[in-house]
Amino acid sequence: MTDRIEKAIELKAPVSRVWRALTDHREFGTWFRVRLDGPFVSGQVSRGQVTYPGYEHVRWEAIVQKMEPERLFSFTWHPYAVDPNQDYSGEPPTLVEFTLEPTATGTLLRVVESGFDKLPSRRRFEAFRMNDGGWSEQINNIARHVGQAP
Amino acid sequence: MSDKRHSRLEAQKTPAGVFAALGDTTRLSMLTRLSNGEPQSISRLTAGTSLSRQAVTKHLRVLAEAGIVRNVRVGRENLFALEPRPLAELRDFLDRIAKEWDGALARLKAHVEG
Repeated sequence: MTDRIEKAIELKAPVSRVWRALTDHREFGTWFRVRLDGPFVSGQVSRGQVTYPGYEHVRWEAIVQKMEPERLFSFTWHPYAVDPNQDYSGEPPTLVEFTLEPTATGTLLRVVESGFDKLPSRRRFEAFRMNDGGWSEQINNIARHVGQAP
Repeated sequence: MSDKRHSRLEAQKTPAGVFAALGDTTRLSMLTRLSNGEPQSISRLTAGTSLSRQAVTKHLRVLAEAGIVRNVRVGRENLFALEPRPLAELRDFLDRIAKEWDGALARLKAHVEG
């Protein structure tokens, strides 16, 4: 077990296309399900409103860290910060890093989220309370749905 | 201990202790030895290893502070048992966030390939 989550996905699209989908705030919002107030700027706070069904009351906030064109996009945020009555700002954030690598067929995208070791344990219990079959179930449904799309 | 009370006590810690406790091969092998669920004495945990009794005691203390091992007194014997709950909770939390990433990346894939 580690303090990080690592994902890799092969995308049949050129690096430039993936970079745009990641860093154009409107495009990012489409697949990440958030309506962002403005463009991503390295070193600045990005704010918006979650558009995920059932979670529209949740504000989205992250601090953009690095934007190295077509190579690295990273931000820090508070993962799973879905309770509007909870102030997460005092917690150490996690770091999300997207790295892009060209392949013969498109792009290899890696996502690493790290820093979970610094999160208060309380958050683990919160995640349990939230586990009413709502969010995670929806995510599974959507993943299945788009998984079938060509 | 009730679940609620357990939660409150747990809430005062961070998973850092758990990760740090796990980041050591000696402690990992001690956990493996405890993983059959049977409480064991320091002597038994020391037997068959190149570790001193003192070293085993020190490692057990780190594991206990992280909440992964607990002290069990059986008669006059001081035993140590695996406490799997913090590990299971941590894994579950990370699994959940990992699943969210799966969903987001699947949507990204549909977005850029569509």
